[in-house]
Amino acid sequence: MRSAPPLIRCQGLSKTFGTLKANDSVDLLVESGEIHALLGENGAGKSTFVKMLYGLLKPDAGTISWLGKAVTLADPDAARALGIGMVFQHFSLFDDLTVLENIAIGTAGARADQAFAARVSALAREYGLELDLQRPVWTLSAGERQRIEIARCLLQEPRLIVLDEPTSVLTPQEAENLFASLLRLQAKGAGILFISHKLEEVRRICTAATILRGGKVVARTDPRKESARSLAALMVGEGVADVRPPSTLETGRDLLAVRGLSVSPEIAHGIPLRGIDLTVRAGEVVAIAGVAGNGQSEFFAALTGEGGLIQSGTVSIDGEDVTRRPIGMRRRLGAAFVPEGRLGHATLPQRTLSENIMLSWHETEDVGGFFLSLDKLRQAARKIITRFDVRGPNADPRAAQLSGGNLQKYIVGREIERNPRLIVVDQPTWGVDARAASLIRQTLVDLAGQGAAVLVITQDLDEAFEMSDRIAVICAGRMHPPVPTRMTNREAIGLLMTTAHGEAA
Amino acid sequence: MMVLSLVPRQGVSRVREIVTPLVAFVVALVIAALVLLAMGKSLKTAADVYVVEPLTTAWSLQEVILKATPLTLIAIGLIFAVRANRWNIGAEGQYVVGGMFGGWVAIAAHGMEGVWILPAMLIAGMAGGLVYGLIPAALRNRFGISEILSSLMLVYVAELALDYLVRGPWRDRTAFNFPKSVNFDAAATLGPLWEGGKLHGGVLLALLAVLGAVVLLGRSRFGFAVSATGEAPRAANFAGFNDHRLTLAVFAISGALAGLAGIIEVSANMGQLQPSISQGYGFTAIIVAFLGRLNPVGALVSALVLAILLIGSETAQIMLKLPFDMTRAFMGLLLLCILAGEALTRYKVRWNA
Repeated sequence: MRSAPPLIRCQGLSKTFGTLKANDSVDLLVESGEIHALLGENGAGKSTFVKMLYGLLKPDAGTISWLGKAVTLADPDAARALGIGMVFQHFSLFDDLTVLENIAIGTAGARADQAFAARVSALAREYGLELDLQRPVWTLSAGERQRIEIARCLLQEPRLIVLDEPTSVLTPQEAENLFASLLRLQAKGAGILFISHKLEEVRRICTAATILRGGKVVARTDPRKESARSLAALMVGEGVADVRPPSTLETGRDLLAVRGLSVSPEIAHGIPLRGIDLTVRAGEVVAIAGVAGNGQSEFFAALTGEGGLIQSGTVSIDGEDVTRRPIGMRRRLGAAFVPEGRLGHATLPQRTLSENIMLSWHETEDVGGFFLSLDKLRQAARKIITRFDVRGPNADPRAAQLSGGNLQKYIVGREIERNPRLIVVDQPTWGVDARAASLIRQTLVDLAGQGAAVLVITQDLDEAFEMSDRIAVICAGRMHPPVPTRMTNREAIGLLMTTAHGEAA
Repeated sequence: MMVLSLVPRQGVSRVREIVTPLVAFVVALVIAALVLLAMGKSLKTAADVYVVEPLTTAWSLQEVILKATPLTLIAIGLIFAVRANRWNIGAEGQYVVGGMFGGWVAIAAHGMEGVWILPAMLIAGMAGGLVYGLIPAALRNRFGISEILSSLMLVYVAELALDYLVRGPWRDRTAFNFPKSVNFDAAATLGPLWEGGKLHGGVLLALLAVLGAVVLLGRSRFGFAVSATGEAPRAANFAGFNDHRLTLAVFAISGALAGLAGIIEVSANMGQLQPSISQGYGFTAIIVAFLGRLNPVGALVSALVLAILLIGSETAQIMLKLPFDMTRAFMGLLLLCILAGEALTRYKVRWNA
């Protein structure tokens, strides 16, 4: 007797962009009640594949069958009608609307009224998603936005759920809640296609894995029988280096000193910072862990001088009080900054990489006089591109043409190339593939080894533990003082991430 | 439900970038021709009036260049503001104040001789436009007031101030109560560059402005800061470009150039101050800047195109009995087609059922 047909079966899916074979005859099968991992580096073709599944791209060749019947997915509506739900890595939200309104817009026949709010709240509780339904989306951080997308998808009660890196912005506890919900969905017979760079969690919850490299399926495996290393090796095709432990070099003088810093936000719904103390010394890496939207952006802005109304307290760089000094002055004291937003904050999206050098170099480095020296900018860009293995479509591409990982390597590289004595990095490897992430982390750790002070703000606990000498935790605009990394563990830090400092747990 | 949506193109070819504005131009011509046909006008006469005549006689060619001069000057200034995403809608007012300040020098120096008079007028005109342009910039910086509204409102303030001055304190007592100032002396008049010609030094100043803008916007730190602020304000803030100072700077530049255009027109073409010294150059220049795709050389070309239209419209009023507003409508049509073309180079239209 034949067993029940699989939920979805893709055979020979191919998609070519110009000369690039993004997907080359990809076969993939997800059964009902299965959590199936789709693994691969950035650029391996995962997004292309998933877009074909969701009707956003038309395959050049190949077939998709749903419950044994061949289907054509002309557009996302067709995919949704079948019961395919999708949580994207990049958000499709309206900034000016509230969380509730955004969810209502994405849900057929819904209106952002009381009844709908109650329904969403119930769902959010069931799946452990913390959502403030009345806040406008533009005030939210990346992590909070991702939760909206997840809620929006789950509301449609899909039979196949595609999740693109859902946990990269969650605390361990929140991730546990999500996993519990996924297991509940699995028990109800839903199929789940799970894309993640966190191989440990893939090993824990996924029962099957398909691995893509260069647009082709290179392996199918049961991740429970693999190690994180062996999975990574399958993705990359060669060994992934572990980040070398931070040096045990004696730490030097205080390069960044924040004392009693209180800041009120310039925008409504921003997080006020209250009484933050933090010191980062030469030669050490300090990580600030925390769930998105707990004041990280505001703290970063206070360190760079980009915004926020300072109520009290001071920020000093290398002993100099810079609390009310502009970012250029801070750079001249040896500081470098890497913001979370790669396009539109760290770079001008439509400008070339060489032009983008200007943004952080013009105060301190030689980029020409009154007139810019295009030669010097190009040379600098070329050096960074070579040194950090930045891959783009041509020698000097526009920032928006690079993949997230390559652009992040370039942005970090641009700051490292200035030989800063202090570097503050907000989310160094968000949405970056394993190899690029490990290169970026190693670079920052090495920089500390050469005597720089490194401050990393991250939502990725693994990253915080992998890189840092000390970990501080930010929650609700307050900072838990840093503790030596080797004297704490994930559970302890995870607990602090949901408890504001100075308040009872 | 059918939904019309714009989908970004993967890449934009060079050919498409060059061909699209030309196609848009042709489309605008076709629509204008259809409108004229519907009104029962002769297309042949229209073509003569709008295209052939302005371009075939030495006299009208010079007229075209003279009309294009203030348009170019003002548009160059506006390019700085718009590139920084600052909306100076009040160039018309800055133009008027420029004419007013420069004209005041001419009136004060009435009866005097000296080569200093003309330069002093030009400088006073620029200074007047500059200061007047700084008002909306300062209001924006200090109180967060939209520069779009304040700069537009200040146009009317400037126009009425000029009106008051030429009817009151600056009126020529010998002019039988006509609301006008004294006639400027020869020393206060921008004369033709050559004997018997019509082109004056203002034309050279406009070309100089184009050149300066090309250099400044293309290669300088300041130009980079201006564009960065317009393209991505957060990135510009991250770079440490001072937002307030930049706002002041671009308004100063566009105000000064509009003011310069004002005093050039007053000195070269009118030779006196009168209640109205503009034909809406400050507003037309906004179209010029966008038609030229915020590029200084593009602005020069589009200023010439609009100048041809404006010259043509004068004849058209007589030959075709077309109201001047029709010419304004044609300008709007042209801008609309160019902007639509630009959108279609970057996006394709798709119907979703």
